[in-house]
Amino acid sequence: MALINFLKPKNQLEEGGRTAAPVQQDAGEPEKKCPNCHKEIPLSRLWANHLVCPCGYHFRMKARQRIQMLADKDSFQERDGSWKRGNPLGFPGYQEKMETAQVASGEEEAVICGTARLGGYPCCLFVMEPYFMMGSMGSVVGEKITRLFEYAVDHQLPVIGFTVSGGARMQEGLLSLIQMAKTSGAVKRHSDAGLLYIAVLTDPTTGGVTASFAMEADILLAEPGATVGFAGARVVEQTTQKALPKGFQKAEFVLEHGFLDAIVSRGSQKKVLTQLLSLHAKGGPI
Amino acid sequence: MSMPYDRVKLARDNKRPTGLDYIRNLFTDFVEMHGDRYYGDDPAIVGGIARLGENPVTVLAMEKGHTAKERTRRNFGAPHPEGYRKALRLMKQAEKFGRPVICFVDTSGAYCGVGAEERGQGCAIAQNLLELSTLCVPVISIIIGEGGSGGALALALADRVWMLQNAVYSVISPEGCASILWKDSAKAAEAASSLKLTAEDAKSLGIADKILSEKELGKQEFYCRIRMLLARQLQELEEDAELVSKRYDRFRKLGTGEESQ
Ligand SMILES: [Zn+2]
Repeated sequence: MALINFLKPKNQLEEGGRTAAPVQQDAGEPEKKCPNCHKEIPLSRLWANHLVCPCGYHFRMKARQRIQMLADKDSFQERDGSWKRGNPLGFPGYQEKMETAQVASGEEEAVICGTARLGGYPCCLFVMEPYFMMGSMGSVVGEKITRLFEYAVDHQLPVIGFTVSGGARMQEGLLSLIQMAKTSGAVKRHSDAGLLYIAVLTDPTTGGVTASFAMEADILLAEPGATVGFAGARVVEQTTQKALPKGFQKAEFVLEHGFLDAIVSRGSQKKVLTQLLSLHAKGGPI
Repeated sequence: MSMPYDRVKLARDNKRPTGLDYIRNLFTDFVEMHGDRYYGDDPAIVGGIARLGENPVTVLAMEKGHTAKERTRRNFGAPHPEGYRKALRLMKQAEKFGRPVICFVDTSGAYCGVGAEERGQGCAIAQNLLELSTLCVPVISIIIGEGGSGGALALALADRVWMLQNAVYSVISPEGCASILWKDSAKAAEAASSLKLTAEDAKSLGIADKILSEKELGKQEFYCRIRMLLARQLQELEEDAELVSKRYDRFRKLGTGEESQ
């Protein structure tokens, strides 16, 4: 999680928040320990490789970082970036939590939406933000995604969505739950208009987001090692009182059980997405 | 007025009428249909065809059971993906034959188990939401006890959502919420108040359309009243040429936030 510091503008580094603990530094270059191979990897090397360890482990990535990695240069135009946050149920502590999340992520909410070009192909793009309350879905997230699908129908555009989410945001109660219905309706209209929707599930994609727009795409891709599931693994373990099978809810496990089209490592994502867009394009790239 | 957490306890009371009680008392000629045609039959969701008055309807009900034995057999009303897929199959069948769909929702949530995950619990719920959003026949959902999160919503993307007076509808159980937020499930009562999960809350948020009185709960008068309400509502919905787009708008306007400036 400390990696977040490296991803943020310098002036936000000293701000509080759980994810903002200082990066451990030796005298030399800052390094990050990989939880998979347990090696210390220089951050510059991770950076050069889209935050993927040489062993293949995919570190969590900020939404803006992904957009920069994916969208053609200067092509991304954000939509509904200033949608106003609120605390509709007056849930205790929620306002403070959102403010901390804003500092930790540098974002206003847990999803960034907009239009972009990938390899010259125009599309709508949404990318969820892991460092804003773990990408949980409240009213603003649901509304922005719904509006993006509606925009995509109006402009006959495909949608590419990167999901990361702990699920529906409990601090907005039923209003969060109902976003599952709202976004599903918008995805269905987009689908019925004959338009393409590709979802890329990243670590972790769970709960109400899995059970709505994440799993409703025409093409379902995931990052290696990503947790993809409905119930949290701990909840499953507590409910069943049994040890979980090896690799439970990892992308490879989910692929094996038939719920993903492919696992695509970060370095290949732009190429694969461009290829898929081109296979569905009526015109060529612009 | 009772506290929200008291409502949660009432909603979970195993003496309350369950899905099958509604099916037996509201309809005639019920024929149960089993199986999802992929893997199995889920006893936590009962589905079939019946008559409401003269008219054929498709009925889907989550069933918790009353006795310990029944409750175990019904998995305490916690559906597996097969339950949602059976429900989807019967909804599409209802669409084919032009029958309305009536759902009775009563679950603490979709089951959290290894098999349920392996067989795509999230995917099953998502597919129901997707298909329900444009199903071309009227859909009415009644939350009769617990409306537990996505597992409940999978049968509640409807033209009309009604709630029993002491039913609850929530994004997460109050115990789960308390243990995640405050690491203390004993604070469930506090969480229940904050989550705004009562029928009155759901109605004021625009998520429930009607609250059904529990006067004479489980007695013939009670069922008779609901049968009349359903018949009247179905007639109105069946005459509506813009049913599907109104269903979209119904959910579209909920929890929108607002644009800055
Ligand atoms: Zn490594």
